Amino acid sequence: MPGLGTTFGRGGATTFVQDLENADCILIEGSNFAECHPVAFRFVMKAKERGATIIHVDPRFTRTSAVADIYAPIRSGSDIVFLGALISHVLESGKYFREYVDAFTNADYLVREDFKDTEDLDGIFSGWEAGENLNDSSILNAGTTNSGDASAIDGNKHSAYNRETWAFELEEVPRYDGNGTVKVPKRDPSQQNPRCVINVLKRHFARYTPEMVEDVCGTPREKFFQIAEALTKNSGRERTTAFAYAVGWTQHSVGVQYIRTAAILQTLLGNMGRPGGGIMALRGHANIQGATDIPTLFDLLPGYMPMPAVARKEQTLAEYLGTNTKPTGWWANTPKYFISLLKAWYGEHATAENDFCYDYLPQLTGNHSMMSTTIAMKDDEVEGYFVIGQNPSASGMNGELTSDAFEHLKWMVNIDAYETETASFWKREGTDPTTVATECFYLPSAVVLEKEGTMVNTNRMLQWHDKAIEPPGDTVTDAWIFYTLGKMFKAHYADSTDPKDRPIQHMTWDYEHPDAHERAKGEPSIHRIMKEINGYSVADGTQLKTFTELKDDGSTACGAWIYTGVAPDDTKLMSRNRKADDWVSLEWGFSWPANRRILYNRASADAAGKPWSERKKYIWWDEAQAKWTGVDVPDFPVGKAPNTPAKPGASGMDAHGGASPFMLNLDGQAQLFTAGLLKDGPMPTHYEAVASPVKNALYGQQNNPVAMEWRRSDNAYNGTDNPDYPYVLTSYRVTEMSGIMTRYIPWLAELQPAAFAELDPELAVEKHIRNGDWVTISTALGEIEARALVSGRLQPLRLGKGRRIHQIGIPYNYGTMGHATGDSPSNLIPFVMDPNVSIHEAKSGTCNIRLGRRPTRTRTVVDEAVPQHKPEGQPSLHGAQRDTPGA
Amino acid sequence: MGNGFFTDTTLCIGCKACEVACKQWNQLPSDGYEFTANSYDNTMALGATTWRHVAFVEQPVDEHDPTVNRWLMMSDVCKHCTNAGCLEACPTGAIMRNEFDDVFIQPDICNGCGYCVPSCPFGVVDLIPHQHGIATTFATDGRTNDDAVQSHGGIAGKCTLCYDRQKVGFDPACAKACPTESIQFGDVDELKDRARKRVEQLQARGVAGARLYGVDETTSVGDLNAFFLLTDTPDKYNLPERPVLPSTRQRPGYTSAALAAGALALAGFAIFANGKTE
Repeated sequence: MPGLGTTFGRGGATTFVQDLENADCILIEGSNFAECHPVAFRFVMKAKERGATIIHVDPRFTRTSAVADIYAPIRSGSDIVFLGALISHVLESGKYFREYVDAFTNADYLVREDFKDTEDLDGIFSGWEAGENLNDSSILNAGTTNSGDASAIDGNKHSAYNRETWAFELEEVPRYDGNGTVKVPKRDPSQQNPRCVINVLKRHFARYTPEMVEDVCGTPREKFFQIAEALTKNSGRERTTAFAYAVGWTQHSVGVQYIRTAAILQTLLGNMGRPGGGIMALRGHANIQGATDIPTLFDLLPGYMPMPAVARKEQTLAEYLGTNTKPTGWWANTPKYFISLLKAWYGEHATAENDFCYDYLPQLTGNHSMMSTTIAMKDDEVEGYFVIGQNPSASGMNGELTSDAFEHLKWMVNIDAYETETASFWKREGTDPTTVATECFYLPSAVVLEKEGTMVNTNRMLQWHDKAIEPPGDTVTDAWIFYTLGKMFKAHYADSTDPKDRPIQHMTWDYEHPDAHERAKGEPSIHRIMKEINGYSVADGTQLKTFTELKDDGSTACGAWIYTGVAPDDTKLMSRNRKADDWVSLEWGFSWPANRRILYNRASADAAGKPWSERKKYIWWDEAQAKWTGVDVPDFPVGKAPNTPAKPGASGMDAHGGASPFMLNLDGQAQLFTAGLLKDGPMPTHYEAVASPVKNALYGQQNNPVAMEWRRSDNAYNGTDNPDYPYVLTSYRVTEMSGIMTRYIPWLAELQPAAFAELDPELAVEKHIRNGDWVTISTALGEIEARALVSGRLQPLRLGKGRRIHQIGIPYNYGTMGHATGDSPSNLIPFVMDPNVSIHEAKSGTCNIRLGRRPTRTRTVVDEAVPQHKPEGQPSLHGAQRDTPGA
Repeated sequence: MGNGFFTDTTLCIGCKACEVACKQWNQLPSDGYEFTANSYDNTMALGATTWRHVAFVEQPVDEHDPTVNRWLMMSDVCKHCTNAGCLEACPTGAIMRNEFDDVFIQPDICNGCGYCVPSCPFGVVDLIPHQHGIATTFATDGRTNDDAVQSHGGIAGKCTLCYDRQKVGFDPACAKACPTESIQFGDVDELKDRARKRVEQLQARGVAGARLYGVDETTSVGDLNAFFLLTDTPDKYNLPERPVLPSTRQRPGYTSAALAAGALALAGFAIFANGKTE
């Protein structure tokens, strides 16, 4: 989550759900909180009962809106305009938290003179290099913290920014030790200089006005002012506002910048690091936080360290540490965490002499994210595929391209508790299984109750769970599968003398279960894996209590530094803790890092270390004891006094003063302007979705200029203002269904038994669609059918220039397998990729709708080119028309 | 006094966790996979195998504007009435009032005659259809009732207020699962006190429509052990405004029948008497 990461330092939710109860106002946007996180929503309801104002901004009036105090409709894909206008409002009215901003942000830094804003260049920033022929390395050159980037795939757009000018003006100051000078960002404490970040920000957002909100978002002006009033009234010394978002903000081609906009606004309002404040990034799946901490992402190593990349010239350990060790701030510790990771993975084989086996790690040669890999598969560049707890055919984008890509594989392994649409791609509608050559394996895996282990929830909290029952039949745990595979590989390569097999030969793979019964079954010991993740002393195996004990000399080993302390000794597992109090509950589970619950909580006290107010007291400087204290674990060096001066030129944390709460950032400050860290701009800018019913009303630049697109016949785009697809399409999930797991459960399946499409009554009348009828929804990519759910909860929006826009919502829960079935919108949504995190654009697109069912899918569709814009009257590419009851 | 539910609809988020928890604990089958297009309600009503049901009521701004500005949600359940129609109608004594003052159908005694079904003023009780082949395990003592199911095609089913859970000191499954405390379980008198205060609090907050349903009732059904806090009139939630106990219709019914019989007898007597004289 670099939207939060580049602003505050860490890409995780900054608070915990239980603390939402203390908020005076909660803005929920980009999330259907009540439906998708009903248990966590308990704390929103508690806040409401305590008098907090609950605001929901969403394209649809949902179960969240039903209990909110203020509901505002918005056109899907226009949130940056809405949030940007709020930023402009608080800056222009002076209703931001001035003392907080002055103390804890880079508001008074001067931006370089040659930086050009989107204001100057009609929607693009300085440094844009349009081009078809930029090679990989020119895109991958910037040395950001976690980057994988656009790979050269024919037919792609390869534009990128040179981010040199997105930086601060530097000045030379004397080093703290008197040895010469050092360059630091130039500041103007008076904030009068027009190049001060705060003034650059003001100008950048000046055109984001309430009128623009009305014209672009379709949100009535009075609603906007009502929300602006609620936010400013409930922020400041005495009161705090919390934001909550989920994938409604992330899944856009400008997704990261949505979150950046929210991060800037929350910083200006002074709500970060404070009780009842912060930004709650709601994670939808049970362990999705854990899956980024110890990542399933192609470009990250455990603990948010980047994967070595060819383009960044990281051929040796020294080169890698050179690019990824930051001179100042907490990331100066990178060598300790990285070398400990290598020690954990390669044990005694990793020595200082051989660079701790650094060259065993693979090197990124391009973007190997899911969409890129699927395209490569289709183009016969990939032989085999492991799909684990994933269902790309139904839950991903462009389901037909995806399933078709699987036919180009030699083999495929599906590991899941249920047979998914992905596992059964070879028998999908319109496919003759005898023509599919891919060898498919399906390994049934245990569900959560059938195994022990840890899950990491949205609070960044590790919670251990025991095994309740044995898995049935041949079912085994995922750990068993990978442990066994590892042992088989080791046996296979045991006698090899080929140097390329050494990573497997030298890999630490010693997780034998102490229990004879489990060992006989082949189950590894999860506790031993946990010990390795926690970290231990190489000399005697003693487990480490905190990541400050990690060393860069090979004397410690640690699988994920952010988790250190979860297993502080052989007998203790903090993730087992279950002692709750009414609030912070430090003895319930273990939250990374170091069991802190609110991140950046140093900011809950003013620059001098005193609580901003008695009411919002959380962490403060205790003069008598000379340490930070309070109700949480301080997210700050505990003995560093608030008046400690920064030492220019010093390394690591010494370079930060005592009033720098965002200690993972280079300067310890929240970044209102991010210097070159994101690929699509230092400040958020509104771009329309790749498929949008309207032209960008703010700039000449229509879309994110560095978003990744695949312009090819099997990935057709609707484009902008396409009369064939005049309606906004948005997708989501509902409480009763998640996906394949719930569709097989009768008690859940009966609650939402069929795929449906929600539309407003006006559109329904226009299209002769009655509630409950079959309808077909189409995009340039394809068609799906669903049952119509006509409801006044959706309403047409009035945009600028008299445009009236209808929005159609389709849940993403369905597929062909299970009891509750129906078409998935994956067949409507093409591959598009945000440039920062390779996320897809599932939340806003365009479509058309008509009464009746779709034709059956036939094989011809798969290989035939689909035209980008289907001319009127062209016969359907699909096969026979099905009967259309009610037509 | 007894134990019951206070269902506060102002806290309900329509997640249906109560429906699922109920079915899971009581091992009730799914009712089938029928898409109803009735808001988010696909189970539609309480029945023999649906003992909690969440109703969804979409309310437009006004009759000329279809835009929804209120979406009411209410988790409905057996009311466990003070004067229970089902209990009065049961000829076998299968329906009883248990030690927690809740109305409970003993599955091993119920013969599936179905008299209770039309006797419930709320339409809660229903017969478990034969084909489900279940209704065998929810007797609290573990006995089964296959014979009743086999011979009569079904037995009556409704919320037991988790009699089995209460017996071991657990809260009913639905109340336990509710994430927002919309369903509260406990001593009915205490719950009523809490509910009355809640209504005052809501009205002070401007929720003018806040009212209790099933508390301090003057109807023949009396107070409900499972009562509700509503924000609109009961009919909006598909609840009867003034539920009537069927047995209260017995006296006028029998009286009028008796009067009619008497009148007929008199008429007959008069006719024959006349004939005799002629």
